[in-house]
Amino acid sequence: MINHSLKELGHMLASKQISSVEMTQTFLDRIAKYNPSINAYIALDHDKTITQAKAADIRIANGSAEPLTGIPLAQKDIFCAKGWQTTCGSKMLANFIAPYDAHVLSQFDHAGAVNLGKTNMDEFAMGSSNETSYFGGVKNPWDFDRVPGGSSGGSAAAVAARLCAAATGTDTGGSIRQPASLCGFTGLKPTYGLVSRYGMIAFASSLDQAGPMAKSAEDCALMLNVMAGFDERDSTSLNRAKEDYTRGLVNMQGAQPLKGLRIGLPKEYFADGLDANVAKVVQAAIAEYRKLGAETVDISLPNSQLSIPVYYVLAPAEASSNLSRYDGVRYGHRAAAYDDLMDMYMKSRAEGFGAEVKRRILIGTYVLSAGYYDAYYLKAQQIRRLIADDFTQAFKQCDIIMGPTAPSTAFKAGEKADDPVAMYLQDVYTIATNLAGLPGISIPAGFSNGLPVGLQLMGNYFDEARMLDVAHAYQQVTDWHTRMPESLK
Amino acid sequence: MEWAKNNWEVVIGLETHTQLKTNTKIFSGASTQYGAEPNTQACEVSIALPGVLPVLNKQAVECAIKFGLAINAAIPSRSVFSRKNYFYPDLPKGYQISQFELPVVGKGNVTIQVPAGKNTAAYEKTIHITRAHLEEDAGKSSHGVVEGMSGIDLNRAGTPLLEIVTEPDMRSAAEAVAYAKKLHELVQWIDICDGNMQEGSFRCDVNVSVRPKGTEKLGTRREIKNLNSFKFMQQAIEYETRWQIETLEDGGTIQQATVLFNPDTGETRAMRSKEEANDYRYFPDPDLLPLEVTAADTTRVQAAMPELPEAMKSRFVVEYGLSSYDAATLTTSRGMADYFVATVNAGAEAKPAANWVMGDIASYMNKNTELLSSPPISPAQLANLLKRITDGTISGKIAKEVLNEMLLKVGASTASVRETVTGEGAFYNDFGDNFADNIIEAKGLKQVSDSGAIEAIIDEVLAVNQVMVEEYKAGKEKAFNALVGQAMKASKGKANPAQVNEILKKKLTE
Repeated sequence: MINHSLKELGHMLASKQISSVEMTQTFLDRIAKYNPSINAYIALDHDKTITQAKAADIRIANGSAEPLTGIPLAQKDIFCAKGWQTTCGSKMLANFIAPYDAHVLSQFDHAGAVNLGKTNMDEFAMGSSNETSYFGGVKNPWDFDRVPGGSSGGSAAAVAARLCAAATGTDTGGSIRQPASLCGFTGLKPTYGLVSRYGMIAFASSLDQAGPMAKSAEDCALMLNVMAGFDERDSTSLNRAKEDYTRGLVNMQGAQPLKGLRIGLPKEYFADGLDANVAKVVQAAIAEYRKLGAETVDISLPNSQLSIPVYYVLAPAEASSNLSRYDGVRYGHRAAAYDDLMDMYMKSRAEGFGAEVKRRILIGTYVLSAGYYDAYYLKAQQIRRLIADDFTQAFKQCDIIMGPTAPSTAFKAGEKADDPVAMYLQDVYTIATNLAGLPGISIPAGFSNGLPVGLQLMGNYFDEARMLDVAHAYQQVTDWHTRMPESLK
Repeated sequence: MEWAKNNWEVVIGLETHTQLKTNTKIFSGASTQYGAEPNTQACEVSIALPGVLPVLNKQAVECAIKFGLAINAAIPSRSVFSRKNYFYPDLPKGYQISQFELPVVGKGNVTIQVPAGKNTAAYEKTIHITRAHLEEDAGKSSHGVVEGMSGIDLNRAGTPLLEIVTEPDMRSAAEAVAYAKKLHELVQWIDICDGNMQEGSFRCDVNVSVRPKGTEKLGTRREIKNLNSFKFMQQAIEYETRWQIETLEDGGTIQQATVLFNPDTGETRAMRSKEEANDYRYFPDPDLLPLEVTAADTTRVQAAMPELPEAMKSRFVVEYGLSSYDAATLTTSRGMADYFVATVNAGAEAKPAANWVMGDIASYMNKNTELLSSPPISPAQLANLLKRITDGTISGKIAKEVLNEMLLKVGASTASVRETVTGEGAFYNDFGDNFADNIIEAKGLKQVSDSGAIEAIIDEVLAVNQVMVEEYKAGKEKAFNALVGQAMKASKGKANPAQVNEILKKKLTE
């Protein structure tokens, strides 16, 4: 059952082969067995979870079930969940119980999904290995010595280890796609503005976007159906008609379902810095796409090489301001003893934030300071526009862009922990889409030395449905996305 | 020091925070009602819980556009909200959402009437407005409510403010106060602010610098923060000006600083110098899209704008035949202008109505500002009174007596319940439209126009004032007036003065 798709699980529930309570308990049992070693979850609440499962069973019984009713999901601990500890991976919020639901969570609640728990993550989503979490690192289910990627490392491990049917993540610079690549599953970062950010704890507001993390493109489409949609509480949420992201999947059958599709291959994504074995896997996947009828075109994203420096100006700038509310005054960590107000601020924040968060607050404060603003923040905004323009040009030549998701497979815990720049390079292929606001998907494309490799698909604005179709077509002829670690079966 | 003061010129600019009259906060649905229990109007956005986001209140934007139209300003099609970053316990997000580079209202102007001073005549002056921008208010800190602790009330956090910034155009405390008063009236006139200075709805920061007369270069300014009374503003600017001049004349220099005015001592005192000032690290708020104001938006707001004071003043001259001075006085406040128009509409003649509104009614209200924010009697009641002068029922003098009686009755009965009711359907008192008639009747003040009765009074007056009669006959015109006075007195003021004149003249020439 743990390997079933969301659709199959839905059928099992609808046909009364299993109740939501039983299905949920199966996952809770696996969590009880494996989470102590994997550390994918920060918060579990058996009673709350089972209460939801019971409610779902009533809905199923009275015929008001929706596709995800009764299905147990894992929620990244960046989403406020009413009555749940909501920590964002930080000591600062270790004692914070959210009094309200994030938009994404209330969407799942309305859909009748069951919340299994809150998943581990890099502190305030700042990291690419889950090692900055106050609640400890997360094991990569494929190799416990290795990291699951980050920042959505807990959700990634939970999906890969089948500790949930599917999960949510958030992606500011690659935090859904890079862990999807490192843990071997399908992760989608939607177009900026597609999923409301209300109740999602902000890291870098102009880049943050929530998305699904699941075994397959089809599962992601079902998740996105629930997550996407206009929310008047988020001014950057886009007021568009609701879409059914599964609508085109059925057409991805037959010999050449992708005939006529033009795949752009950016030369900058296949240059120095890409692990040779990863490159081979990615090329093989592209060859598979040619078999499916697609043609490939060489394209260039000349400014993409500036993504990392631009990102590490803009994201910390926004973060330095977004994290100012954690001052020890109203909620969150407050130092036990202090001399005066300034001392309370300084001690509370010094104690409550970890090293990577402090590093980014310092960078962000610096680049926004009088006298430096123009040289850093303003310049970075200008280059951000150029990076977006590159994509606009590219999409005149192709329908979808493909390349590696991450430059390497999962690395060992501790390997890059003391080298922030090496860590930042993990997101070299994913950051540009965040800066441009474009959607991106990582899908399992094979293995290198027993570790999963992801293929990244980048689409035009609001082209999620087509991207999911294209990912689904590949998953119809390959089985990489069905693989799971032997040791956890 | 007076001789020295004449060699200096003071330069003043104002930044005014006007609290906008919206039902809810600028970026959330929480109520803006004043005076609630602490933190009962602080929603998840007000207290800046993790994950919350701002949504702009369209009503606040409309208020800003209204103001822009009222000061002849350009309304840019695009403005941007920025974050002003600093730490303070009553600033829950650690930043204030404000507007920095691109404000919602551009350059405009306001014409002020500076009243006559001891040695100066009254004059008009145009004050240039640099900009007006939308921002959110902070909460309130209170110290010592609980021993050794500071309390934070976030009810006010997120209340919409329009900050109105002038050019350094004012050259005296009198000009600054005249501007502040004009602005205060204007924002109430267009109904974007309740103008309540005690509750902090209208507060001014005043930038003051001095320079040698005849020079161009601006001196170093000090900013007097948070003045919420015109009297304090006058005192603070006068003190600050004197202090700066004395400091410079003593060979000192002025350091840029923020100062507070202490009403108890009448002095200003520096609270922080520029060196300690924050670097606010402004940057565009990524949670809010740029604010787009279309021509259609502006047209829609324009259509709903009330007639502005200047236009109304011109109309009063033409429509009611008032002098320009009277028209200007009546239009210093919308309340007064509306009251005047209502009185005329209730049947009073325009000129007497203007005189009584500007005179007795206004002075009563000035004397009773603590109690009253609307006139004591209704326009219909005033019109009833004025009609009795016109139709000869009572004289103007008796009318004053009737009004005094009305005011006494109102004051004794209902002053405490008549708090802030103004506008249509406002409650004035319980005495009905014929309030004046009832007093005239009850006190028997009706004018005596019966010529027989007047003749009898005059005969009596003539009989006991033979000396005056002789004087008059000897050519002393003044004696006639004295006799009229005696006759009026004998009638307790009720005799029709015109008839008294006529009959007396006839009798004396007989």
